[in-house]
Amino acid sequence: MANVSRRALMKGVGAAATLSMIAQMAKAEGKVKVGFIFLGPIGDYGWTWAHNKGREAIDAALGDKVETVYVENVAEDASAIPLIRDLANQGCKLIFTCSYGYMDQTIQVASEFPDVKFEHCTGFKRADNVSTYNSKFHEGRAVLGTIAGKMSKSGVLGYLGSYKVPEVVLGVNAFCLAAQKQNPDAKVKLVMIDSWFDPPKEAAATDTLINLGCDVVTTHTDSPAALQILEQKGLYGFGQGADMSSFAPNAHLTAIEDIWGPYYVQRAQAIVDSTWKSEDTWDGMKEGTVVISPYNKAVPADVAALADAVQAGWKDGTYDIFKGPIYDQDGNLKVKEGETMTLADLAVIDWFVKGVESAA
Amino acid sequence: MTVDLIIAALMTVVGLTTPILLAGLGELVTEKAGVLNLGVEGMMLMGAISGFAVTVFTFNPWLGVLGAAFGGAASSMLFAVLVLQLNSNQVATGLALTIFGTGLSSLIGLSFVGRIVPPFTSPFPAALSRHPYWEVIFGYSPIVYFAVLMVPLTAWFLHRTRAGLILRAVGENDHSAHSIGYSVVGVRYAAIAFGGAMAGIGGAYFSMVITPMWAEKMTAGRGWIALALVVFAGWRTGRLLAGAYFFGILMALELYAKAAGFSFMPSQFWAAMPYLMTVVALTIISARGTQGANAPACLGKPFLPST
Repeated sequence: MANVSRRALMKGVGAAATLSMIAQMAKAEGKVKVGFIFLGPIGDYGWTWAHNKGREAIDAALGDKVETVYVENVAEDASAIPLIRDLANQGCKLIFTCSYGYMDQTIQVASEFPDVKFEHCTGFKRADNVSTYNSKFHEGRAVLGTIAGKMSKSGVLGYLGSYKVPEVVLGVNAFCLAAQKQNPDAKVKLVMIDSWFDPPKEAAATDTLINLGCDVVTTHTDSPAALQILEQKGLYGFGQGADMSSFAPNAHLTAIEDIWGPYYVQRAQAIVDSTWKSEDTWDGMKEGTVVISPYNKAVPADVAALADAVQAGWKDGTYDIFKGPIYDQDGNLKVKEGETMTLADLAVIDWFVKGVESAA
Repeated sequence: MTVDLIIAALMTVVGLTTPILLAGLGELVTEKAGVLNLGVEGMMLMGAISGFAVTVFTFNPWLGVLGAAFGGAASSMLFAVLVLQLNSNQVATGLALTIFGTGLSSLIGLSFVGRIVPPFTSPFPAALSRHPYWEVIFGYSPIVYFAVLMVPLTAWFLHRTRAGLILRAVGENDHSAHSIGYSVVGVRYAAIAFGGAMAGIGGAYFSMVITPMWAEKMTAGRGWIALALVVFAGWRTGRLLAGAYFFGILMALELYAKAAGFSFMPSQFWAAMPYLMTVVALTIISARGTQGANAPACLGKPFLPST
């Protein structure tokens, strides 16, 4: 008797499991699930905040066909693997991993789920089901460098960095080269704080840069902490990822805004239409992925005109900050006169240009 | 090296030190009463959001600091009920408090993201607080002076008052204290609340002074450094002050070395230094065989009276 009932029970459980699987599949067929792995909190008002705006753009544009889920505060180490895997197991058909440090983890999980498509932000490793996408932040950095080179009295600029990854190296180099076009003696002091988000350390590092003579500081970390310090000291800086002028109405000269929405909507649509292919996308100002916020009234008209010219040049292809001759920190010629660095070179860059002072 | 640079660097150090000094002092008193509260990070975050929120609503930073103390203490009471009333494991409950405080502060903070308050700056006239030299003494937020003042006050309380003696007795031998009629649980409630309030004010230093805004997880692990600091200091207030400034100098050195272009140590080494120094200090203490005399004997043990 007991045996029979146990067998019946097992059958029942089996049937229930099958039923729920069918139900889940039906649900999944109804709406495509798109997952996001976020680096910081969505309230960081910077990098992750901008990516979350992109996710919300999918909800707004494709809300009837697509459902989005996200995980925030995911560390860039092995702990990301089970979280990415979890999104795949939840039935996500498309997963965006929104930071450079998820590169190998994304590739690993993608090999376990060949039917799930992955999109890795700012990396360079691809597979049949892994695309990479990036934004030409360095185009924006060149605009900031142009303004900083003009606005700095000391000629010593500060750069608050996170890690020595290609995206940050490109940003530093573009900023420094653009500043030197306005002031040939301009120098950039660089501090890497080994974190994308650590407001107290960002604040202390900004203090340090100011104390060592920097009067304009740009940030490549994700909180408005640096801007608040600059505001208190009456100096200038720039927002990162989003317009941060509300945090520092006087210090905030402009910001690089990351606009991910159009790309995210397009890729989610490709999943719905089953036209998704592994690609490498690197959009910039021309495509509207990199946008410069309105200038502060502290920016004089002639400086604003210079900055506008840089923006216009990026958009029509007449301007490129990585045109030779370019020398590295030790004075070696890296890019010859008349040559321009290719996108492939830029994607793996690991050296700083002349005029950058750094420990790394 | 000019005088200006030295003064500016000292002020950076003070900014880095104050929050861990406050949280460390609170935790020291809690541990002296025999309770190990690993929830410092969570309490700091609760203090940070409470202080910020109160300042937003009242436009009064002094009330903000009170709010921060209250926020930190209120969250510590949750821990207190669990470990004192229900005798739950202190280590696990403390870790849970950190996770809870992180989550709750983020939830409360949702509507405060993107807002700012004026920084809670020096109470002294600008002639002193902005003076190129005197600013090194007068140029800080009132929270900094409060933190420094609390060091001798706490030492005096612990070692020169009857209440302090009772608190230490509860931490060293809870059963003896109980048998001569002291309320072990009552004393521990008070010590935990004090620890929470101090951690809360430490957290508010981030959200009201350094960067007057709210951002999720803005304390970024300083609570753990405060915990390491208490052990590093061997549960002594004087050494806690010295240790806090030592840790602050280490953190500043990392940044100055990088900005000045020195790369003689990998930056991860600097980040690990406070913890490394704590291990070294522990090793020295135990090698001298005086560890038993320093760590409160009942630290981390639940109190289960037999009568």
